Amino acid sequence: MIGPLDGGAGVVGPLDPAGAVDLAAARMQMALSLGWHIIVACLGVGMPALLLFTEWRAVRTGDPGHMRLARRWAQAVGVVFAVGAVSGTILSFEMGLLWPGLMGVYGQVVGLPFALEGIAFFLEAIFLGIYLYAWDRLSPRAHLLSGVPVLVAGVASAFFIVTANAWMNQPRGFDLANGRITNVSPWRAMFNPATPPQTIHMIIAAFMVSGYVTASVYAVGLLRGRRDRHHRLGFLVPFTLAAALTPVQIVVGDYAARFLSTYQPTKLAAMEGVYRTGPYAPLTLGGVFVDDRMRYGVEIPSALSMLVGYRPSAVVQGLDRTPPGDRPPVTPVHLAFDTMVGIGFLLLLLAAWLALSWWRRRDLPRSPWFLRLAAASGVLAVLAVEAGWVVTELGRQPWVVYGRLRTSQAVNPAPGLWAGFVLLVVVYTVLTVSTVYVLRHMTRRWRVAPQEAAAA
Amino acid sequence: MDAAQVLLAVMWASLTLYALLGGADFGGGIWDLLAGRAREGMPQRRLIEHTIGPVWEANHVWLIFVLVLLWTGFPPVFAAVMSTLYIPLTLAAFGIIARGAAFAFRKSSTELWQQRLFGGEFALASVVTPFFLGAVAGAVASGRVPPGLARGALVGSWVNPSSLLGGVLAVVVCAYLAAVYLCDEAARSGVPGLADLFRRRALAAAVATGAVALLGVAVLRWDAPRLFTGLTHRALPLVLASALLGVASLALLWWRRYLLVRVTAVLAVTAVIWGWPVAQYPFMLPPRVPYQEAAAHPAVLHAVLAVAVVAAVLVLPSIALLLAVQRRLPYTEDASH
Repeated sequence: MIGPLDGGAGVVGPLDPAGAVDLAAARMQMALSLGWHIIVACLGVGMPALLLFTEWRAVRTGDPGHMRLARRWAQAVGVVFAVGAVSGTILSFEMGLLWPGLMGVYGQVVGLPFALEGIAFFLEAIFLGIYLYAWDRLSPRAHLLSGVPVLVAGVASAFFIVTANAWMNQPRGFDLANGRITNVSPWRAMFNPATPPQTIHMIIAAFMVSGYVTASVYAVGLLRGRRDRHHRLGFLVPFTLAAALTPVQIVVGDYAARFLSTYQPTKLAAMEGVYRTGPYAPLTLGGVFVDDRMRYGVEIPSALSMLVGYRPSAVVQGLDRTPPGDRPPVTPVHLAFDTMVGIGFLLLLLAAWLALSWWRRRDLPRSPWFLRLAAASGVLAVLAVEAGWVVTELGRQPWVVYGRLRTSQAVNPAPGLWAGFVLLVVVYTVLTVSTVYVLRHMTRRWRVAPQEAAAA
Repeated sequence: MDAAQVLLAVMWASLTLYALLGGADFGGGIWDLLAGRAREGMPQRRLIEHTIGPVWEANHVWLIFVLVLLWTGFPPVFAAVMSTLYIPLTLAAFGIIARGAAFAFRKSSTELWQQRLFGGEFALASVVTPFFLGAVAGAVASGRVPPGLARGALVGSWVNPSSLLGGVLAVVVCAYLAAVYLCDEAARSGVPGLADLFRRRALAAAVATGAVALLGVAVLRWDAPRLFTGLTHRALPLVLASALLGVASLALLWWRRYLLVRVTAVLAVTAVIWGWPVAQYPFMLPPRVPYQEAAAHPAVLHAVLAVAVVAAVLVLPSIALLLAVQRRLPYTEDASH
């Protein structure tokens, strides 16, 4: 599911052909399991906020409509969280199964945020158990309070995990002397320069995915003519949250890209397809990178220089400053970046459309195109997150720890990793089909017997 | 004690909790598998679901915590174990996915065929996962994981008498713990018929566990002589304690003292789990890698221990709260959905 591999350009060292196949398989396996987990992880971080908000309104106003939404979302969260818990466990296995060369050396440097994430995950699982199972045994207030740790711990785990990824981009907190790690400072590793842009960007993304995905389910219902209060509410609450965050996310995204221009210029050059270092760098939309230049894209002269340095003469570092063996694959990184940004602006447009219509007549836009786009917004938001992870992961290649350790040096040298990947594809296909089936079946059941489901 | 020793103890305490709590959840799945056809097995399956439903995710986190402590505190050991035992650990990981997901799916399904499909997946995965985790333990304990990346035998490291013993022992211990817990749960939930049924199963599982353990002594003597020496010398008190507690549990089960047997069974299993590291101390990867050689930088050990203190302060009371809530949940014999 991740784009082409880096074609051997970044592979150094004594990798035989079988080793190259296994490296590719290991990378695809990590990409598949991470790309899968990130969707349910986003829902696990963001859904509790929606859930608590509607439940809080229900408790405050006594409105059964809000309570019915909260009860239903809680059932969906139960399934999503279980699937997220196990798909997240697989990732911690894979850190060692696939990348022992990384963990054996740097595990101690980057382990602290994972341990902290363990605590957060504990609290999330414990209080979600209480929240879901003891709903009728607790007072409304106590029940609402039992959900708060779920939300806080969910956001905290997202923060901790993303600091670990930020460290892979900006490795800090250790010295390397004669191939051995010394002077380890796990706190400095955790709070590395990439931590603020990456964590803020990802946490907002998690809330956006939750909002747009949940809203899109109700948008489909509205499109099919189920225009009752339940569907309007189920659409408006999550959509408003996601829409309000969309402009914020675009500003944060700009900050994250600007951060790269100082700290990881090679990644930025790949994202924008810039080969030659210099002023008046154009912004290229779309296109492919062939023979060290962008082709078939739409060029906006000097726009990249303007974005990075606020003036057309600002110098943008291109790929020519990076040795060929240390360059990431340009076309997939560039196209993934364009996909993410394009979706971001499309969602911004959609958010503005709703804001305008609400401001003028306190209602959803009349055009069916609004609902059609809103029904697609969930898939689009997920696609944007995936594209963003392709940018950050593929854009760091050929390094797993930027500038320190190559991906090819981190991989498990055991033969036959490709077989594990094939098995994983089968397992995740079944998992995907079952998850979608169970969730769809759940919503269908709600439609048949709304009272019973609300009381369950 | 130095920081690395404290961390080893913390890690092993976490592993013990995983075995006692998460292990019993797997055991629940094993009894689910053996509960018979859909109709007659329904009450047993409902009790199992009632018991593990609210807690399994929290119990499962102990495993992740152990993995994280291992890779942070003793990174070369983590790398060596994971890379050499790639195959059984991948299979265990798939088992973890199948168990957790299928359990949640079954709970959300309404039709019998769906519940049977997901239930079967849940139950099978509950056998497979502890088996492979036990096989991994057997591989490490019998000295088949050398330091370095993937230096051990790809297959022979985990297909051998000690690993087979570890796998089978893990499965019967999980089943035993679950049966003991379920006796108590059934008695408290007011279904004495089920309590009697799980009492018979607990007795059978206790005998099976004892037999596997006795056979295991012979297997280890032949296949892992170093571990055998450790178990019969330094770890002998723990081995004897587990045997005594095992016999006491049998008697308590016989007399239907379900709450007390919970305690003795937990202590017996704890003694077995601590017998292993005591027997092979100070080696983490016997016979060559002592813990001092693998331990992380002191700054890391101190930071992780600080995190462990925070975990103890935040997590342990929360778990107690969850278990208290779970014990007070009303048990309904008829379908809840």
